[in-house]
Amino acid sequence: MTAGHPGMAGQARAGGRGPGPGEDPGAGWVAAALREHDELAAQAVPSPHDGRTRGSPQPPPGTVREEEVLERIDRARRSRPRVKEQRITMSHGAGGKATRTLVEAIFLDAFRNPLLEPLEDAAQLHVNGSRVALTTDSYVVSPLFFPGGNIGDLAVNGTVNDLAVAGAIPLYLSAGFLLEEGFPVDDLRRIVASMQDAAAAAGVQVVTGDTKVVERGKADGCYINTAGVGIIEHHRTLGVAQARPGDSVIVSGPIGDHGITIMLARGELDIEADVTSDTAPLNGLVADLLAATPGVRAMRDATRGGVATILNEVATDAGVCVVVSEDDIPVRPEVRGASELLGIDPMYVACEGRLVAVVDGAEADSALAAMRAHPLGAHAAVIGHIIDDPAGIVLLKTAFGGTRVVDLLVGDPLPRIC
Amino acid sequence: MRFVDEFRNADQARALSAKIAAAREPGRHYKFMEVCGGHTHTIYKHGLEDYLPESVELVHGPGCPVCVIPMGRVDDAMHLASAPDVIMTSFGDMMRVPGSTGSFFDAKARGTDIRMVYSPLDSLKIARQNPDRRVVFMAIGFETTAPSTAMTVLRAAAEGLENFSVFCNHVTIVPAIKAILDSPDLRLDGFLGPGHVSTVIGCRPYEFIARDYGKPVVVAGFEPLDILQSIYMLMVQLSDGRAAVQNQYTRVVPWDGNPVALRAIGQTMELRPYFEWRGLGFISHSALRMRADFARFDAEQQFDVPGVRVADPKACQCGEVLKGVLKPWECKVFGTACTPETPIGTCMVSPEGACAAYYNFGRLSRQRVKEVSRS
Repeated sequence: MTAGHPGMAGQARAGGRGPGPGEDPGAGWVAAALREHDELAAQAVPSPHDGRTRGSPQPPPGTVREEEVLERIDRARRSRPRVKEQRITMSHGAGGKATRTLVEAIFLDAFRNPLLEPLEDAAQLHVNGSRVALTTDSYVVSPLFFPGGNIGDLAVNGTVNDLAVAGAIPLYLSAGFLLEEGFPVDDLRRIVASMQDAAAAAGVQVVTGDTKVVERGKADGCYINTAGVGIIEHHRTLGVAQARPGDSVIVSGPIGDHGITIMLARGELDIEADVTSDTAPLNGLVADLLAATPGVRAMRDATRGGVATILNEVATDAGVCVVVSEDDIPVRPEVRGASELLGIDPMYVACEGRLVAVVDGAEADSALAAMRAHPLGAHAAVIGHIIDDPAGIVLLKTAFGGTRVVDLLVGDPLPRIC
Repeated sequence: MRFVDEFRNADQARALSAKIAAAREPGRHYKFMEVCGGHTHTIYKHGLEDYLPESVELVHGPGCPVCVIPMGRVDDAMHLASAPDVIMTSFGDMMRVPGSTGSFFDAKARGTDIRMVYSPLDSLKIARQNPDRRVVFMAIGFETTAPSTAMTVLRAAAEGLENFSVFCNHVTIVPAIKAILDSPDLRLDGFLGPGHVSTVIGCRPYEFIARDYGKPVVVAGFEPLDILQSIYMLMVQLSDGRAAVQNQYTRVVPWDGNPVALRAIGQTMELRPYFEWRGLGFISHSALRMRADFARFDAEQQFDVPGVRVADPKACQCGEVLKGVLKPWECKVFGTACTPETPIGTCMVSPEGACAAYYNFGRLSRQRVKEVSRS
């Protein structure tokens, strides 16, 4: 750069003690990342026009190299997940790419078995001829009380929903409490009362539990773990891998309410909006949908990572392309407004009482009608459909009239600077 | 939603698209740089390139606040943050930017007290609540965010706070644009000027671009129709054979900027003789530091800052991407060694970074996207 200071390049600033210009700055992770890159680059490079080519049959000159690069990236993304960090960061808990890598590289790698491998919301077990679903989830929400609910009903509804979207009738729950020394007993009473109300509403019973207390400062008030079992009475195979071209994608209502409510309830943003959490048990809605629609392929509740993450799971696990239309995705104006202000995308914001269903395209109308007839699905909408190519990709037709990729986030959506 | 949907109207986009196509000279290829990362984000988020003919190309410029922060400054910030009585505060975008020993997120996981804030005033609040700790604000950004840092320092001075300081990394856009204009390996036909920077500095600082370099500049807003209209305004200037500075973003940008904000910056900060930009090297008078009167709020004077200079990893071509010489996917490590999960270069970190925007939103050739969207 002509405006630069060639003489300065490579010199430390005043008082500098850093490494000199020739030294390798990132002795650790940069070198490792580059080594990995070289390994990938050394692998046989398939022509961009064979196998999983994404190019048009005769791409105009200039796009060939871009196609090659995209192919290379695709290969890197399919390679075995590896946790590169030395320590757990908050991104590992955000439900995006970092979470997926952690789960696959550490947990799935150690526990690998055919029941775990689908990584669905609940495992499906065969016990004496019956099909049983088992799931577990931990709740660490802050603040504990928020508009529309608290950690107690969240802990019941979340586990009920994980069973319901697996196609099971939820029956029994466990409840484990991790309490911090000094936590007000009155708050605990309120939380537990909400849990009992939520359990009654969902038709489940809390039948076993556990209590641990840790010293002040070792936890944030109250954490809850719930596990649940349910019974699967039908003989259908449900799962995101079942999605196929021609299917329709439905969401059961406006997205992002819970996540935005929590962000605003933390009081760090000085934004006020009239939003409440959507936490609710979805087993009734699921039962109505399954009864009306033989062609349900998969259901997922759109919690951490939001609807975008689920759509990516569908695209990846079924090897299909999911095309959704921004105009058709229901988002409350308050949620949209807060998201615009913060520079985050409601597609990645958590819900606690919404599901995404993939159904046979021929049954989309009847599925939608069945969902809309239920109070929790009154604003259900068909948001997109499934095509075969480009496999593994989610595309969004924007309201503005363009088309773009919707990828998994690495960690939590971070507000933009300006 | 009012004040948003009007600027995302697909019918108007089609009309502008047709006008842009009609304004082309046969056989000519147009290359415009959108200076600001916010523009890059809008272009990808809304799929705006679908409206542009192939002969109109957008080049992503250096106006992404975190993309231009060199590794050494991140290392310096980590060093500051590692002092036991320090609470480091930072914007969210900055949290994943890699230094030579990892990012703020990694340091936080190792036990360093680094907190994400939404405004420098939040840092001030933390300082008031923790009188026995020293609170440092990692100040980054162009003239857009510099006034809020300046106002925060003025407030800290008025309150007599003694445990608050700023690690000042504010940069100024004009020297970077000049450096790009002087770069021999670049051919640009015009600039989409940075909208939010211009709310502060106004439009006059860009006049040299039109006068001395003969390139048109249109200061552009951040909604997709703003950008399409600005591209059209650039095309009209070119077909008229003119080069001038025009303001498309009149609903926000006053021609002379914001004198109150400029005064606050001038009162608290001064130009550094030079500053290192990620990938671009040292650029004269391109950044701000705290004035001597405000030394007690200057982390560089309050702490022993190592002043580390770390060479960019050789394989990283952020500089070429920031200058618009390379498209993101043309970088050697794009998408394999360098991904949003493990960014090597800063362009891969912020959603405004050209590489991250392309990786997250555009990871499919335009040709292929057009085929799918027609199907």
